[in-house]
Amino acid sequence: MTPTSIILRVGGTNCDKETVVALKSVGFKTLLVHINQLLKKEVKLQEFDLLVIPGGFSFGDYISAGKVFAVEIYYKLRKELEKFVLDKNKYILGICNGFQVLVKLGLLPKISFVQQVTLTENDSGRFECRWVYLKVNKNNPSVLSKLPDIIELPIAHAEGKFVAKEKVLQEIVENNCIIFQYCDKNGVVSSNYPLNPNGSMLNIAGITDTSGRIIGLMPHPERFIIKNQYPVYENVKNPYGKQFFELIKKKIQKIY
Amino acid sequence: MKLFNTINILSASDKQLIEISKRGLLSLSLQEMKVIQQYFKSKKRNPTDCELETIAQTWSEHCKHKTLTAKVKIKIKKGKKVFIKKYDNVLKETIFYATKKINHPDCLSVFEDNAGIVKFTNKYAVAVKVETHNHPSALEPYGGAATGIGGVIRDIVGCGLGAKPIANTDVFCFGDLEYKKELPQGVFHPRRIFNGVVSGVRDYGNRMGIPTVNGSIVFDNGFLFNPLVYCGCVGIIPINKINKTVKPNQYIVLVGGKTGRDGIHGATFSSAALHNKLPTSVVQIGDPITEKMFLDVILKARDLGLYTAITDCGAGGLSSACGELTKDCGAKIYLEKVPLKYKGLLPWEIWLSESQERMVLIMDKHKTQKFLQLCSLEDVEATIIGETTNSKKLEVFYDGTKVCELDTEFLYYGVPKLSFNLSYTLANLKHKNVVITEPLEKLVKKVISSSNVASKEWVIRQYDHEVQAGTIIKPLCGRSNEMYSPQDAAVIYPISIEDIDDKQKAISISCGIKPSLSRIDVVKMTEYVIDEAIRNNICVGTKLEKIFLLDNFCWGELNKTNLAKLYLSCETAKNVAIKYGTPFISGKDSLNNYYLLRNKKVSIPETLLITAVGVIEDINNIKTAYFKHPDNYVFLLGKFSYSLGGSTLSECLKIKNLKPPELNINTAIKVYKFINNYNHYILSAHDVSDGGVITTISEMCFANNLGIEINLNTQKLVEFLFSEPPSCILVEIPQDKKNMFEQLLNKEKIPYIVLGQLKPQPLINIISKGKNKLKLSVEEIYKLWTSSVTG
Repeated sequence: MTPTSIILRVGGTNCDKETVVALKSVGFKTLLVHINQLLKKEVKLQEFDLLVIPGGFSFGDYISAGKVFAVEIYYKLRKELEKFVLDKNKYILGICNGFQVLVKLGLLPKISFVQQVTLTENDSGRFECRWVYLKVNKNNPSVLSKLPDIIELPIAHAEGKFVAKEKVLQEIVENNCIIFQYCDKNGVVSSNYPLNPNGSMLNIAGITDTSGRIIGLMPHPERFIIKNQYPVYENVKNPYGKQFFELIKKKIQKIY
Repeated sequence: MKLFNTINILSASDKQLIEISKRGLLSLSLQEMKVIQQYFKSKKRNPTDCELETIAQTWSEHCKHKTLTAKVKIKIKKGKKVFIKKYDNVLKETIFYATKKINHPDCLSVFEDNAGIVKFTNKYAVAVKVETHNHPSALEPYGGAATGIGGVIRDIVGCGLGAKPIANTDVFCFGDLEYKKELPQGVFHPRRIFNGVVSGVRDYGNRMGIPTVNGSIVFDNGFLFNPLVYCGCVGIIPINKINKTVKPNQYIVLVGGKTGRDGIHGATFSSAALHNKLPTSVVQIGDPITEKMFLDVILKARDLGLYTAITDCGAGGLSSACGELTKDCGAKIYLEKVPLKYKGLLPWEIWLSESQERMVLIMDKHKTQKFLQLCSLEDVEATIIGETTNSKKLEVFYDGTKVCELDTEFLYYGVPKLSFNLSYTLANLKHKNVVITEPLEKLVKKVISSSNVASKEWVIRQYDHEVQAGTIIKPLCGRSNEMYSPQDAAVIYPISIEDIDDKQKAISISCGIKPSLSRIDVVKMTEYVIDEAIRNNICVGTKLEKIFLLDNFCWGELNKTNLAKLYLSCETAKNVAIKYGTPFISGKDSLNNYYLLRNKKVSIPETLLITAVGVIEDINNIKTAYFKHPDNYVFLLGKFSYSLGGSTLSECLKIKNLKPPELNINTAIKVYKFINNYNHYILSAHDVSDGGVITTISEMCFANNLGIEINLNTQKLVEFLFSEPPSCILVEIPQDKKNMFEQLLNKEKIPYIVLGQLKPQPLINIISKGKNKLKLSVEEIYKLWTSSVTG
């Protein structure tokens, strides 16, 4: 079975093409659609295994990153999405702006359609584009816990600071919803800038829901699928971004 | 509402004609006004405001390049010798001539479209354009820079039948960030301009999803009143989509943003001096998401073959876009159909407005419905605003009333030619020795932390330089969150173009700029920047015969001396490009960059930006600019001249009038070809430029935190470490290949110096004539290098 993915874009989405390339490189069938195609029912969400909301500046991100896109989905696609989310064989991935959308839609860390946490302006007050080390939580319920202990990926965002109330944070930790935390090269989680580039609480870079089917992260796995994309010359055997998509594919194929 | 005014020029005196031009911000000369007067005499009527404005925009320096295409005679004095140079059309006989003479088989479309287009693979071509947005950025740094980048992106979308933008470049010139003296009213402090410009480029480029991968920032008080903002864009286009066709009886469709009053007179204003009474409405307002939305749709429509021509609405707005596209057949435009931001615009305002994010497309009538549907699916506004005719007239209507009718022949070919008779004495500096007594370590620290040498990381990281996932040589390379080395050129591997027919090829982008040199000698400045742009490309592994150039001249007040310098610079550019075999594929000039300070004209130093774009055959052969392993050897290749003229050190120490190093193009070509041919020996390469050899070495040490022991045998250590001679490149060679490499260098008679050997301890240790001269910690230098340029 070839797993299928639908990549959803709106005006301002801009990481869609490379996300398609990354998904294809591990063997996904892909369909890149504008949200209006879903609204007009030209395409049915349920026919796909994986929904991906890629990076970008949806609708300009002028109000708060991902907010307008989330509202658009909430009011126009809620029923379809709810059905999709409740199906145990379906997966959702939000990268960067996509993560912001999932959070503002209330799909992470719990599927509630009520926003529980937020991603807000970086502590530096600036957009930051740089590579970071990420510590992988081996106890996270998602298939991504099978990634190596420490991975490297690039980030590029102005609003990536993960913020939650104490109680929510506690639940996130207890349920092992954290999948990625910013760390140093030895895997020691760190809140020092620029190791943690945005000031995220608990140095969170990515989370999943309790089932591990809904994944959101600020770093860009689609930007590291060939060795030449690595920022320093080294013979990288298996780029982390490629491993990332491969694992999701295998999970859908029930190899894991 | 009165739809138009007629302007009485038929009976106007010379004085009145000048007054009409001045009052309307038309920037038309008396000679031009007289030609216009003559034209309307033949038509037996006075022009409407709309007509006069249309002519003014079309004939503006910005659109027509009257100064560069002038008829010129220059008497050049060099010592006791005198040469006479004559041109009928300077641009044609210099820059264009070089390209024609080189006759490069990969040049597919040069100097005719919105961008230069060269072959990339068998199926795809690369389109490149660099623009300036100087005047707007002085008045409103954020908006000016944002619309600058937005405009050049539209040039790429509007070249051929539309290219997909894959990279942006940005080069800025500002006054000193630490400037302490008082500035005249209305002039912003360099730091405010710097912050505004960087934010503007960031917010527009990032939202468009185009990586900003290459650039340069020059700090020099010559740009205190007139900052320079160069914005460039690189795109990819299928080779079978590079030709536009326009026939009579097609629809003219306007796509994108609505039209408002913003940016009226942008084109003519860019040819005028800056002063404190200009209206800010001449600056446009940017909205990147509108542009991103139509970009997505246009590329789809292009692949479906729905239109036959496209161009962007830039300077002159609809008047220029519609007029330019239909100049060989004619057009009727119905202005009441143009979607407006708000009511109340006069027809000429709609026609001239430079509201952003608009494109004009020409399409067959039967395909228009499909095109409009495609737009509506993605919430992109598209409107039929007119049709092409075979009348050879540009006719503009508002609700049935004709507000403009001009013969396209007159509008596009009627502008009178400028003519100049000039003389110029070439700089003739003698070499002189300088005695510098300050300790070496202090000099290194001064230079490395000076703003022109220091790291621009603060700026670079605010740009998403990795979106589209193709930036394989990034502006800064190094391990995550450790020390970084700056790179000579960015390399883009267009991974997101899925159906590309050659999966090995990549595009390299670099630039050369050095305005401070033109204070000494404009010829040297021109030579230097072309060489710098080329050698930056050579460093990453691009072959010399696969490098293409773009020229962007920014000049000050056009007095006789400055004009002579401009033409001399063109002549030099021609000669240098022909020798290197690197053709010019596109260019632009921005003249009149001066400020009226108490009626005194303060000009910028003459500045030529050269952008070099290269095609790399195999991404696995690219080179980066940082040392890889201890024990390897470091060579300096190229003819080194020990002269501090034009160097950062001489600027830091305020030593003036030193003779800059000479460029020997023949040797340079030999060195570059050697580097190309023996690419497989080289592990890293970095050129000697701002800050001299010591800066090059330091920057190469950063990424892997390595050290070097340098053994020299020179009396002129300061000159060696700080001179900035052109065409010199440092390369790292594996230890076991050192002897072989030296033999090759000797065999091919390449000038070189073995600098020393890399060490695992991060120390730069310089020994000369057996004596320890300097020991510096790489980490300490890195701290100095990274801490001086921030917002």
